[in-house]
Amino acid sequence: MNPTSNNFKNIPIYAQTEETYSVGNIRALLSEIATCLEKLVKTGETGMIDLNSLPLAPGEYEQLRQTLAQGEFSARIEAIGPSEIIETRYPGVWWVTHYNVEGDIVADMLEITSLPEIIKSQPEDIRTGLELLRAQLDDAQLNERAQQ
Amino acid sequence: MNEHETPGHGTLGERLAQQGISRRAFLKFCTAMASLMALPPGTATAIAEALVKSKRPSVIWLSFQECTGCTESLTRSDTPTLENMIFDMISLDYHHTLQAASGYGAEKSREDAMQNFFGKYLLVVDGSIPMHDGGVYSTIAGRTNLDLLQEAAKGAAAIIAVGTCAAFGGIPNAKPNPTGAVAVSDIIKDKPIINISGCPPIPVVITGVLAHYLTFGALPELDDLGRPKSFYGETIHDRCYRRPFYDQGKFAKTFDDEGARNGWCLFELGCKGPTTHNACATTKWNGGTSFPIESGHGCLGCSEPHFWDAGSFYSALSMPASPLELGTDAAVAGVAAGIAVSIANRVKKGAAKSAHEKTTIADLEK
Repeated sequence: MNPTSNNFKNIPIYAQTEETYSVGNIRALLSEIATCLEKLVKTGETGMIDLNSLPLAPGEYEQLRQTLAQGEFSARIEAIGPSEIIETRYPGVWWVTHYNVEGDIVADMLEITSLPEIIKSQPEDIRTGLELLRAQLDDAQLNERAQQ
Repeated sequence: MNEHETPGHGTLGERLAQQGISRRAFLKFCTAMASLMALPPGTATAIAEALVKSKRPSVIWLSFQECTGCTESLTRSDTPTLENMIFDMISLDYHHTLQAASGYGAEKSREDAMQNFFGKYLLVVDGSIPMHDGGVYSTIAGRTNLDLLQEAAKGAAAIIAVGTCAAFGGIPNAKPNPTGAVAVSDIIKDKPIINISGCPPIPVVITGVLAHYLTFGALPELDDLGRPKSFYGETIHDRCYRRPFYDQGKFAKTFDDEGARNGWCLFELGCKGPTTHNACATTKWNGGTSFPIESGHGCLGCSEPHFWDAGSFYSALSMPASPLELGTDAAVAGVAAGIAVSIANRVKKGAAKSAHEKTTIADLEK
């Protein structure tokens, strides 16, 4: 992302404290996360919460960020724009944010799982990678023979 | 000729591979699509599996009596790469604003697509269709919009009416409607029509509907106005972050009072959120920055039929929406009262005559 680009995300937003502005969405959301986490612990069932579908008040998103905070693990993927994956300070609760090339959020998820799917190498990509590697080995072999 | 013989109409998976787009990147796109379509967040992998195998359908896009705002909404969206993946999902064979061809060449590409993919292509329409005076108020290549629509609709698998003009007649249809503008559904009765209303519609809704069609091979579930329920199933009011203030009875009374500064509900300032079905409150605009209510202005109700004629944008929904009709009612009541007075006066006049009393003008005016 180019920090100097004319981007809406460059407009600073200051989170207001719960005392001054709250409609109570964060408490409800945290309770839902706890329920999902309990299911993961007891049955292994994973869960997802789509933050884009929730009507959060201005400032509440930032409040949620502050509450969940960053844990031990973070990763960044470059695939048609960046994706940020962080494990929150509650292990098993992952915050997965997909951006487009201009840095706008296109999907924003809380995943309750041991490892988000997007981090794993996809089988099709692995096959493509294998073909590329074999082609490279074949090229190298041909070059060696040509030199002999 | 069938789709297998036509270059550029293979599967989406082939197209993505040609462009070097990884499956992980596509999975990311599908996660965004699942979020948009209000499908369970975990379905992205299944959507990706279905989409890569799907054939890219031919799409013919006809623009009629419109302002080009709908096309602008789609092509100038703030998320170019992901949303423009729509152009990888489809083969856009005719769009007179976007295509390079012009004149006879442009019209030929439309005719070729209609012939080669008869019964299979998707027809997208933006703009209303003028009906007065033989439809002369809007023509393309010398042909009326009505003529072009009826011809293209015959071979369409489905029609997508993009924007409030195509869906419900929109602003051209507003009183006094000098061109006799009507919606697509007023003319075409024998094809499935999906209405993506809004002035303009949210761009990702167009992408989402196409993704749904490709994933499931059918149009999404529609509401009673032909709009996809996943985007139009709830009102702006239902999903508004200011809704708790409505429930608490906290309303802004002017645009600069304390209530407005505290972000209270804009109902009394004319917000049409309670009667407007759209996804603005969650999808938002300008790359997810905000939507009108978040910027301090009430919803205009642009995705509903006749929104331009539904009274002032600044009158609360609880106020009478149509003063003209009330005026008529009042006039009827006035005439009735006048007749009653007239009868009463005639009786009085008759009584005075029989009693030889003098009737004054003041008596008649009572």
